[in-house]
Amino acid sequence: MAAKHPREKKKPPKTSRAFLLKLKLRSHPTFLCVVRGALEPLMESLGFSGEENRAIIRGVDEAVSNIMRHSYRDCPDKPIDVYCNRLERRANGRSQQGVEILLYDCGPAVDTTKIQARPLDEIRPGGLGLHIIRGSMDAVEYTRAGRLNRLRLVKYVGVSKGVGAHPEEKPQ
Amino acid sequence: MKISARRIEQATILDVTGNIDMANSPEVRKALLQEIRSKRAPRVVLNLTSVEYIDSSGVASLIEGLKASRESGSRFILFGLNESAREVLKISRLLKLFEIYDDEAQAIAP
Repeated sequence: MAAKHPREKKKPPKTSRAFLLKLKLRSHPTFLCVVRGALEPLMESLGFSGEENRAIIRGVDEAVSNIMRHSYRDCPDKPIDVYCNRLERRANGRSQQGVEILLYDCGPAVDTTKIQARPLDEIRPGGLGLHIIRGSMDAVEYTRAGRLNRLRLVKYVGVSKGVGAHPEEKPQ
Repeated sequence: MKISARRIEQATILDVTGNIDMANSPEVRKALLQEIRSKRAPRVVLNLTSVEYIDSSGVASLIEGLKASRESGSRFILFGLNESAREVLKISRLLKLFEIYDDEAQAIAP
């Protein structure tokens, strides 16, 4: 067996994506159930288990709620775009299926230094959304894209760490 | 979402049907606080058998109900949670905080 050259780096996984769905909605809370209703059968068709499917719906629902509440300050007629892409990650000869959900809104730029989930040992209402998003998805990334906020949520089939786990945010 | 109240002996049971999310969680909060604070019900039981989904704003309403019940010395009980509702409470580390039963008979038992 040949030894690896010291400078030889492990190849990053190759990820390919294919467009699945785009939803354009207004920032009215009644549309939350529309997003959930659209995602559930789609995620099922991608091979996610029931628990993974519920996690994805929970993560996306909380993220869209956050846009409505914080980015648009409860203004009900602002635009939100939801894109779903199928992901396929190849590493070490193995293929892994997943989904990438991109949320775009036109609200002011988010100061990421001020985004902090509250400690869970505090028993009080509010501030749980971020915990739920992070605990439900495999990756959560925020970027400012021109005049848009972009939130990228990723979940892979069979990677679930179980309910209550809080995976580190990891760029793909 | 629909919410209605009925009484069995000392317990007030709030039957909720539908999803509890940002669109309607204020209604759940209002109904809970009305029973606990205004009507001073000694035991308020939330029937979640027909609730498919609860988001963080719904969880916040439940926490408010729990806090109000502690302040007024009453009991606040949940029953009929599906997997989704249990998971959102677990992920929020609140599952053990609430008094939760599988069915109504257990929830209203003395």
